[in-house]
Amino acid sequence: MKIEDKVVKVIAEKLNLDPADVVPNAALINDLGADSLAIVELIMTMEEEFDIEVPDEEAEKLVTVEDVIRYLKEKIS
Amino acid sequence: MTSDIKRTIVVTGGSRGIGRAICAAFASPNTCIYFNFSSSQATGEETAAQVSAAGGIPRPLRVNVASEKEVLDFFKTIVDETGRIDVLVNNAGITRDNLLLRIKDKDWDDVLEVNLKGAFHCTREAAKTMVRQRSGRIINITSIAGVAGNPGQANYAASKAGLIGFTKAVARELSSRNITVNAIAPGFIETGMTLKLPEKTRAGIISQIPLGRAGAPEDVANLAVFLASEAAGYITGQVIHVNGGMYI
Repeated sequence: MKIEDKVVKVIAEKLNLDPADVVPNAALINDLGADSLAIVELIMTMEEEFDIEVPDEEAEKLVTVEDVIRYLKEKIS
Repeated sequence: MTSDIKRTIVVTGGSRGIGRAICAAFASPNTCIYFNFSSSQATGEETAAQVSAAGGIPRPLRVNVASEKEVLDFFKTIVDETGRIDVLVNNAGITRDNLLLRIKDKDWDDVLEVNLKGAFHCTREAAKTMVRQRSGRIINITSIAGVAGNPGQANYAASKAGLIGFTKAVARELSSRNITVNAIAPGFIETGMTLKLPEKTRAGIISQIPLGRAGAPEDVANLAVFLASEAAGYITGQVIHVNGGMYI
């Protein structure tokens, strides 16, 4: 599965959304209704899925779906 | 193993005293009771026997809750084996009683490490699973000493008061995920911890209890079972006393 698809799938699952609504420029908190605990859950799931570690200061910069995808691509490559 | 388990309960310090009574009270068919012990004398056999007698599945493990690594392994085992955590009871506690002027740094640190940091370690790990499953009950066993104070127990009282603040903060954090977090504050309960006090001291304490007797570990266990039940779903962030009126 491509990183983009995986990220959309995880976000949709965690936030109980239709994957079609998880568009790249959607903000996790303001548009998709995530709360701070959901963001932490999301980060932890990404850490497990991709076997990486996301420091808090980097996690704070992840505002939109696209941010998450870009970050993961950089981190994994 | 996963398919038969309906409920997974984790009790720290479950090999004796209040912890043993809590394990026994939660024991029922298809319920897996994980409990740890750390002291070298303890084996957990008696608790395991009581859990089995009630039809539960006992899983005793030697874990020092003050060790982050050991707690991580403990919870990994639990989740690997049963796939869920329904109830966490942070009961593990030690005393290193002395008057303030005689408390050594090590006595302070040991008590805080087990009673407070241990609860933090276990709660953090359990919460990872509970947040995902969108349900859970966390019960912290604090003490009357953490509310009213007790001479000779500055370290213990500080750890137990700390546990109350911890309970309240975590209750607020996890409430949106259908997880309740409460504290039980036992008064004077008949356990190894209180039986080692001199008879005269014990009699003096009991004379101060309106109900005129020490409590039994089961008195505390019954409340823990209630707080973990469906019936208690609207109670969170509270400190509930079980003390025969010793502190009102």
